Amino acid sequence: MNSLIPLFIIIPLATAFIIPIIGKITNYFAKIIVPVVLLILCFFSINLLISGNQESYVIGNWQPINDIPIGINLVLDGFSNLILCVISLIGFLVSFYSYSYIRKYSSENNFYALFCLMIAGMNGVVLSGDLFNLFVFLEISVLASYALVAFGVGKHELEASFKYQVLGNIASFLILFSIALLYWQTKTLNIADISGLLKIGDNSALLTFTQIILITGFGLKAAIIPFHAWLPDAHSSAPSPVSAMLSGVLIKAIGVYVLIRLFFSMFIFTHEIALLITILGTLSMIIGSLLAINQNDIKRLLAYSSISQIGYIILGIGIGMMVLSSGGEKSIAILAIGGSLFHLVNHSVFKGLLFLGAGAIEYRTNTRDMNQLGGLAENMPITSTTSLGASMSISGIPPFNGFFSKLIIIIAAIQAEFYLLAFLAVIISIITLAYFLKFQKSVFYGKNQNYKNIKEVPFTMSFSMIILVILCLGLSILAIPSIREIVLDQAVNSLINIDEYINLVIK
Amino acid sequence: MSIIVKKVAQLIAGLIFLYGIYIIVHGHLTPGGGFAGGALIAGAYILVILANGSDAIKLKKEEVGSSLSESVSILVVLMMAVAGFFIGAKVFFNNYLPTGKMGELISAGAIPLYNIFIGIEVAAALLTIFLALIIYKEEIEE
Amino acid sequence: MIVYILCFILFLVGLYGLITRRNLIKIVISLSIMEFSIFILLVLIGYIDGGIAPIITGLESNPTYVDPLPQAMVLTAIVIGLATTAMLMAIAIRLYRKYRTFDIREIKNLKG
Repeated sequence: MNSLIPLFIIIPLATAFIIPIIGKITNYFAKIIVPVVLLILCFFSINLLISGNQESYVIGNWQPINDIPIGINLVLDGFSNLILCVISLIGFLVSFYSYSYIRKYSSENNFYALFCLMIAGMNGVVLSGDLFNLFVFLEISVLASYALVAFGVGKHELEASFKYQVLGNIASFLILFSIALLYWQTKTLNIADISGLLKIGDNSALLTFTQIILITGFGLKAAIIPFHAWLPDAHSSAPSPVSAMLSGVLIKAIGVYVLIRLFFSMFIFTHEIALLITILGTLSMIIGSLLAINQNDIKRLLAYSSISQIGYIILGIGIGMMVLSSGGEKSIAILAIGGSLFHLVNHSVFKGLLFLGAGAIEYRTNTRDMNQLGGLAENMPITSTTSLGASMSISGIPPFNGFFSKLIIIIAAIQAEFYLLAFLAVIISIITLAYFLKFQKSVFYGKNQNYKNIKEVPFTMSFSMIILVILCLGLSILAIPSIREIVLDQAVNSLINIDEYINLVIK
Repeated sequence: MSIIVKKVAQLIAGLIFLYGIYIIVHGHLTPGGGFAGGALIAGAYILVILANGSDAIKLKKEEVGSSLSESVSILVVLMMAVAGFFIGAKVFFNNYLPTGKMGELISAGAIPLYNIFIGIEVAAALLTIFLALIIYKEEIEE
Repeated sequence: MIVYILCFILFLVGLYGLITRRNLIKIVISLSIMEFSIFILLVLIGYIDGGIAPIITGLESNPTYVDPLPQAMVLTAIVIGLATTAMLMAIAIRLYRKYRTFDIREIKNLKG
């Protein structure tokens, strides 16, 4: 029992509350401590991922009685470990980037404190083994994100934050409501325990209702298409590092992760639910990209493309669920789910990079309007190159990671004989390429006299972007089977083999 | 506010404060605890501020103090929880103090200590929120 | 059964307010009403007929307690609700400062 998993929650939380105290003396403390802390967490989580450690941690030493867990559990398996890695990696790079970017806002300490609080909340969601703590940590992270979206306190930021809060609160109510319904049916909150109890019981109408409410609640948090209204406003109004964090990590950690975790480890999904999730994924994939074409604001374009890419992830998961629920071959399901987890990791890398690039553009030119921008490639070579790499990656050009993850999802769709879905995925990939070419052309190429004397961004900002573009290329190696086994297959196995998760908690 | 309101608020605020402390200290024996008691304590402060008007007290200074005590008390709670890593069963949030006899005031190990610091934290947090909203309001009027 | 229906009606009252009111503060109040209807549902789920408050006093012999877990959950959820309401209020006051109005029909710069 000498495990150190709770440190993932303790360290960011403690940092968040130390910053306001020491920050009264010097501003530099927060700027230095946050990247250092996140770098340590990043190494720690990668170490755990490589060692393939799987464990459950009982807080307060409340050991299970008669195999019924009574305490708070933290569960670390392959899937949560993967997400932990992504959170700390992107968090580290974004906090390092913020060093110069956040100077234009007044209260830097508050930014870093809220940032740490958000990381602590997300780590809590990913590690939590019971529903109610999951809800509490989710609320911690979204509260921090509400404040971060409104950080600029301009007209747009406040309006976006208010809209985000109203919809986010409704999502929270729905989640709490479904937790109440689940507690009503099973009299327990532990995910593994509920899973065991639901296996015995039949698939009643109340259970289906609960599942629908859960999909609605977490769909609102993940901005799947009918519930996406807040995302373009919130993600485009926030300061750019925060947008990178929200789009890159938050919607995955508190939306997609929880959906996948609950439906694979807790419920026994029926064919209808699998179909519903696939349809939602396809819809977000199509409509998100169609809405993105017509945008003139850089960050709004990126926000809409986030919806579209989340659609790819949900689509892969949906195909896997369809195959599993109709009793198809397990290898196809493994391929589909592995592809979508791969895409999840990739998306946080390239979308983080794109938002950081948009932030760099805004930092130097003070505008996000594509019609006004142009010709930045000459004077901002690093921003332009990294952004080009990310655009290639997101639209699926071969040597970059986005190509491989999309390819895996499409192959899985073809193998599972969903030819229409495969066709749509290819078409949407081409549309994605189209609007990212538009983005590249109107921002970096062409001639524009207004921006002749623009300088490249400072080192801290360009450093993060360079690391991310290297990751964009480097993550392609995950497509190689022997490396995939270490990273992705663990995560997929922990999802497919439901008993593994239950045995981890209830020994 | 009139003199009657001010006097009554001053008299009652002390009682409310004491009741809040009672609730916090008996948190492990009766319903209530850190959150309820902390809310009462914050209520006592808020009552005085409302009765006297916000200009009677130097509010900016108060806000700095309350937000500082909020951060400090939550750090203390966290440190007490982390101390469980080193004492006894070596688990986070371990209750490492002797639990004593059920029903007595000093019992239940570390839980009363948690209650006290959570009480301070909640009182400070609620007061900070209230003061922050008041300060915003004053900025609007300027 | 009637209490569950009343609880649902309370939720609908909140939803109605959220949809029809144009004032930021009233929207916040509607959200609070919705939130509290769910809290009441949670407490109702933990209720057992004839149960007493779950405090071990040693006076009762073989007592029936109501389920204490939903009560603890509701307390935690109330704390979270407090934080979200305070956050909403802070943003609403800031919005008032920028636009000089609480009317959402005049606060519509973003297209959604």
